[in-house]
Amino acid sequence: MNILSKMALIGAVAIAGSSSAFAGCGITSGSVRIIANDFPASQAVTAEAMKCDGNGASVTVNLNKDYKDLIVAAMTANPAEYTTSHATNSTLVSLMNDDLVRPLNDYVAKYGQGIAKSQLITVDGNVMAIAFMANAQHLFYRQDILDAAGVGIPASYDDVLAAAKAIKSKGLMDYPIAGTYKAGWNLGEEFVNMYLGHGGSFFKSGSAEPAINNAKGVATLNMMKALSEYMNPDFLTHDSNAVQASWEAGNVAMTNLWGSRAGAVTDGEGSTADIENNTKFASAPTAAGGSTPASTLWWDGFAIARNISDADAEATFKAIMVGISPEMAKANVDKANWLMDGVPARAAGVGVIATAKGAALPYPMLPYMGALHGAAGSELADFLQGKETAEQALADIEAAYRAAAKEKGFL
Amino acid sequence: MPHRTFMSFIWPSALAMLLFIALPIVSVAVQSLFVAHEQVFVAVENCGPFGCTTVQKIDPQATAALREAQPLGQFNGLGTYLNRNHLASAEISQAWDSRTGVGEFISKVLNLPFYKALSFTLTYTFVVTPFVIILGFFVALAVNRLPSFFKGPTIFVSLLPMIVTPLVGSLILFWMIDADGVIGGTLQLIFDNPDLSLKASPTLTWITLIVYGVWHSAPFSFIVFYAGLQTVPQDTLESAMVDGANRWEQVRYVIVPHLLPLVVFISLMQLMDNFRVFEPIISFSAEASATSLSWIIYNDLRGTDGNILFGSAAATSLLTIIGVCILLTPVLIRTWRAHGARA
Repeated sequence: MNILSKMALIGAVAIAGSSSAFAGCGITSGSVRIIANDFPASQAVTAEAMKCDGNGASVTVNLNKDYKDLIVAAMTANPAEYTTSHATNSTLVSLMNDDLVRPLNDYVAKYGQGIAKSQLITVDGNVMAIAFMANAQHLFYRQDILDAAGVGIPASYDDVLAAAKAIKSKGLMDYPIAGTYKAGWNLGEEFVNMYLGHGGSFFKSGSAEPAINNAKGVATLNMMKALSEYMNPDFLTHDSNAVQASWEAGNVAMTNLWGSRAGAVTDGEGSTADIENNTKFASAPTAAGGSTPASTLWWDGFAIARNISDADAEATFKAIMVGISPEMAKANVDKANWLMDGVPARAAGVGVIATAKGAALPYPMLPYMGALHGAAGSELADFLQGKETAEQALADIEAAYRAAAKEKGFL
Repeated sequence: MPHRTFMSFIWPSALAMLLFIALPIVSVAVQSLFVAHEQVFVAVENCGPFGCTTVQKIDPQATAALREAQPLGQFNGLGTYLNRNHLASAEISQAWDSRTGVGEFISKVLNLPFYKALSFTLTYTFVVTPFVIILGFFVALAVNRLPSFFKGPTIFVSLLPMIVTPLVGSLILFWMIDADGVIGGTLQLIFDNPDLSLKASPTLTWITLIVYGVWHSAPFSFIVFYAGLQTVPQDTLESAMVDGANRWEQVRYVIVPHLLPLVVFISLMQLMDNFRVFEPIISFSAEASATSLSWIIYNDLRGTDGNILFGSAAATSLLTIIGVCILLTPVLIRTWRAHGARA
């Protein structure tokens, strides 16, 4: 969670512009209220949807980095505070857990010409969200530093450690690795990535019983700890923004960072030309001799609230179709790995594509995954600070998860 | 004041307190006794850009029917209070039965989230409160001796830490203590240790938060003491001087006894405020090293990906209220007795 989003706790700022009516929208009535995450791609999508504002319809947008902490409460209200919400593998599940979003099959049949099949998120035959981009954490590396250290592009986390050792011993950098290890959601996400890379499974098959306290879990934690030894000592306070800033300042040679940041570190802003030209992307590294990248695949899209009038839902769907049109994507090629048909690939998107080609797994869409993710995010800090053993940390995660899962009725 | 006048004077605020403080607390207490219904799962096929998988999903119809029948959820009694994420009764008794030594038992207890948070909360409360009182007192004495020309500006500057919003004040400091920031960089130079980081170790994080707490709250006690100093009886001071009391003795035998009731007042306020420490933990991103009871409530209410734990947050809220009551009891008893003596 970053600084700006904390400010947003005090008062989320709804951005309501009023641009001229857009002839191609075909919306003449209804209220469209969008809440979305705040990063370059979501800004582009919502700015396009805003063009439908006016001409009898109203479109408002709230961009908020903490949208996922707000949407469940906002969509529970009747009528819902927002007619549509940004959704991802994990946030769609949280909305579906409380049955807060509606199936979109009819709208897709009526107004969904031009949606690629891969954009439809279907659950039990119902389209529950329309995806517009793919995202994954993958390797960012500095070509010049790796060359100076005499190492190749790391393909596995053992290579990453060897490269870090070489960089440090040659005195090129004190802390060659960075990671989004901030206690909380970020740290939980790194655990999820690394554990999947080790081939682990989170739950006993078909149940909500946790199953992470095993040899794979221990190996996962030990690898995270080994990596953290090459990170800036403040690593438990670093989120994506902090890692991006360290990268642009030239303090880091390797990191496993979000594909949605790849454009930002090569956009000619906030860094030097020398650092930007040597910033390269590759698939997320593999772990423990496995072949799948230790990362999770994510899609970002939109889901539509259940607690709104059908007229508003229809207007909302149309506005989203405008927002995520292939034309919008073609005008913003460099901002994301768009899923729409006919959009040329972007140069900075190679890391996400390589990670997906390496058959990394999508982030698990399970009702109780969020509870385990949260438990891992809060219980792992003790282990990384050297206060307890890996086995104890895993037992703590399971115990914290069980308490939360019992309260949510999962166990 | 006749009772009637008193009642007519107090009823609007009493009503407001009942409606906006007492009733919500009752509602929170009720919620803390319930947990969600058992979720009914169905296995469904889930398809997206990365292929199809079979996953578990909550069956909305079945769950909705359960919710209709019992909107509050399942009655759980004190279960939420006693589970691992709160008082952890089972874990504590197990740790006690299998203990190998007192230190080992304590470390096991402090590994539990509630007690980890409680340990920081209490440390913060009992370190910050006396420091705030002492620092505020000496600043007030110093300002009181200034020539009147300087008094106004000095008072204004001294109040700044309290005027700055806690979230913003602590955020500014968080940036300043970064290794690339002015305070962090200076400390590295002073200690000649390029790896020194106030954010890295739990001990240094605690110290940072406590220093921030003192810096932020000292103006409050300063201004209260400064107001009190204006009421010190001058003739008593003069007679003390005639009797040959030096400046320190004047402070000790005249000023301190005169200001003692204010110490009680500031202690009350500070104990309450510091026990609810929250903003600096957020701004300093200190969750890894220091958590507080208020932070646990916030974390449960924020949830991870929509897993909001209302019952947990409600239980922690009530435990916090109980904690504040326990903390204030000695001070309140003291005040009560003092009043009784006067009556």
